[in-house]
Amino acid sequence: MKFIDEYRDAGLGKKLAEHISHISKHPARLMEFCGGHTVSIMRNGLRQLLPPHIEMLSGPGCPVCVTANSDIDRMIALAQLPDVIITTFGDMIKVPGSYSNLSQARAEGADIRIVYSSQDAIKIAGENKGKSVIFIGIGFETTAPTIAATLLQAKQKNVKNFYVHCLLKLCPPVIKAVLDLGEVKLNGIIGPGHVSTITGTAPYEFIPRDYRIGFVISGFESLDILQTVSMLIEQIEKDEPAVDIAYSRGVRPEGNPMALQLMDKVFDKESADWRGIGIVPASGLKLAPEFADFDAMSAFEVKVEPVKETKGCICGEIIRGIATPHQCPLFRKVCTPENPIGPCMVSSEGSCSAYYMYGDDNG
Amino acid sequence: MGKTVILAHGSGSKLSHDLVEKNLLQPLHNDLLAKLDDSAVFDVRGKLAFTTDSYVVSPIFFPGGDIGRLAVCGTVNDLSMSGAVPLYLSLALIIEEGLPLEDLDKIVNSIKVTTEEAGIQVITGDTKVVNKGSVDKIFINTAGIGLISDGVDISGSNAKAGDKIILSGSIGDHGIAVLSLREGFDFKVPVQSDCAPLNGLVADMLEASKNIHVLRDPTRGGLATTLNEIASQSDVGISIFEDKVPVHDGVRGACELLGFDPLYIANEGKTVAFVAADDAEKVLAAMKNNNYGKEAAIIGEVTESRKGKVVLKTRLGASRMIDMLTGELLPRIC
Repeated sequence: MKFIDEYRDAGLGKKLAEHISHISKHPARLMEFCGGHTVSIMRNGLRQLLPPHIEMLSGPGCPVCVTANSDIDRMIALAQLPDVIITTFGDMIKVPGSYSNLSQARAEGADIRIVYSSQDAIKIAGENKGKSVIFIGIGFETTAPTIAATLLQAKQKNVKNFYVHCLLKLCPPVIKAVLDLGEVKLNGIIGPGHVSTITGTAPYEFIPRDYRIGFVISGFESLDILQTVSMLIEQIEKDEPAVDIAYSRGVRPEGNPMALQLMDKVFDKESADWRGIGIVPASGLKLAPEFADFDAMSAFEVKVEPVKETKGCICGEIIRGIATPHQCPLFRKVCTPENPIGPCMVSSEGSCSAYYMYGDDNG
Repeated sequence: MGKTVILAHGSGSKLSHDLVEKNLLQPLHNDLLAKLDDSAVFDVRGKLAFTTDSYVVSPIFFPGGDIGRLAVCGTVNDLSMSGAVPLYLSLALIIEEGLPLEDLDKIVNSIKVTTEEAGIQVITGDTKVVNKGSVDKIFINTAGIGLISDGVDISGSNAKAGDKIILSGSIGDHGIAVLSLREGFDFKVPVQSDCAPLNGLVADMLEASKNIHVLRDPTRGGLATTLNEIASQSDVGISIFEDKVPVHDGVRGACELLGFDPLYIANEGKTVAFVAADDAEKVLAAMKNNNYGKEAAIIGEVTESRKGKVVLKTRLGASRMIDMLTGELLPRIC
């Protein structure tokens, strides 16, 4: 298949892996920020192709995984309100909150519908005038512009029964937060591909400047990731950390200015609660005052029981890169995709799910 | 007669008699069915295979097939995978009131065409009509009886170390074809369901070799789930090669977009065969000569080690475990 097969070429991949082994002299610890990268690394068995002194850690780049329990509890409470239709991306359905999940709420009678974009949600609002349609806005910079566009459309068309439960989060602040925690000593970061198509490179310049860590933006195919690892290893060996793009077919240095403007118009930054990391300043998006009418946070009052964290689940540590799923006592034993204890096992981009689905020959 | 099925069509009245006569018995006519006794009575001697399945696919018409063709193929294929020659089917319809008669006729015609293709007969049946909302348009159950020839011993527990694994063609076509019509997918996928009766293909394979150990159709849960079932039933290891498994571009494209793995997508016209290594090329050649096996390929082999596990060798030469499908990828695909 064109534009895919070229980036999975086995011959080139083996050559790149050999090149990496050849140039890499020092131990290197790399974090792939994105869940999509974790999946591709596991699915293609890329770690088996790298020398053992290159360590790969998974980061917090899975929007479902980093959603705090309190936010999930609130979603479920919203779903239980009368005359409310919840519209959500499919990944959220089985994510456990403190006491329940959306799938359970749906079985108990809540009207919860899976959509593929916020556009589907606004269509459902048009077809159900007597009900309030709430879209669960989960995602990073990649998703935010489309939700912004939908909100603009809702405002222009004066839609009265459409709301967004906005849990959008931003990547550069959380990368800073993870680095500031200082728990994990990194030599390089495999930067998010699709997020960076929107942000461009500027928001990451602080990483080499302030932390002396290289940051290379990567695509999601096997060659993309090997190319990125090769560029990071070159930086590490020369001790010249920098922001660079290995995903030039998708990312321009300036990002997508139109999308950024749209986000600026519709959202304001606020602090956000990240699972495993806590409150990170200016790392979340809320609806700007002009769009307050569409804000499910203020439009609906719900009672939520005090948050309860799941005992034994180490999703938080996995998200921060200080533990791997294999180190979790629940992994594969109690926690499986059939019976997920933490969100990292639910989301298709979660580390635990990727390790479970694509565990290498030894695991 | 009106244009839709109504409750009275299932009441046992003249109306239901007319529906059965005109819309079912006429198109599906054969001597055993025409007798209209409470049971079909027939004479068969030998080792028999008997199977049943219910079909609830939504939508009832999809690219490359419909619920009628599926209801015949699913049961014919289950018999074929036991090495049986399918002989007779039962056909039970549960119809939601309001189903357009035109749709019923299309489905029954599809059953007729598919049974003719497979060389089998529907010899007994039942029709019920239920209130709106009690079923979704139409649900179908078929049961089938087939005859197993002497010397044929095919079972999921017969795989042996050294066996070659042959797949009859590309994977994922049925699941993606059905998915492409579901609400919310407003993109077109150039994919047709592979829904097909495989008894002819299996007959050709059995003629080519007496050393076929396992046959299985990778339906719900896809190839990955089927291989895991066999690895555990036979207590052997299975090793397959990513670059040998045929996947059509349309399926690959849709899977890329939606984050699915073709290994887990359902098929309705494919078989995976475990064959003694010496006979593998012979069986492969026989399959390639059949219309439903043109794209057949040897995709892997059975190993002594890693019992109960399925290992995939990636294009880059790494290996990873393949598990069964977990959770529900997509409800009501068959």
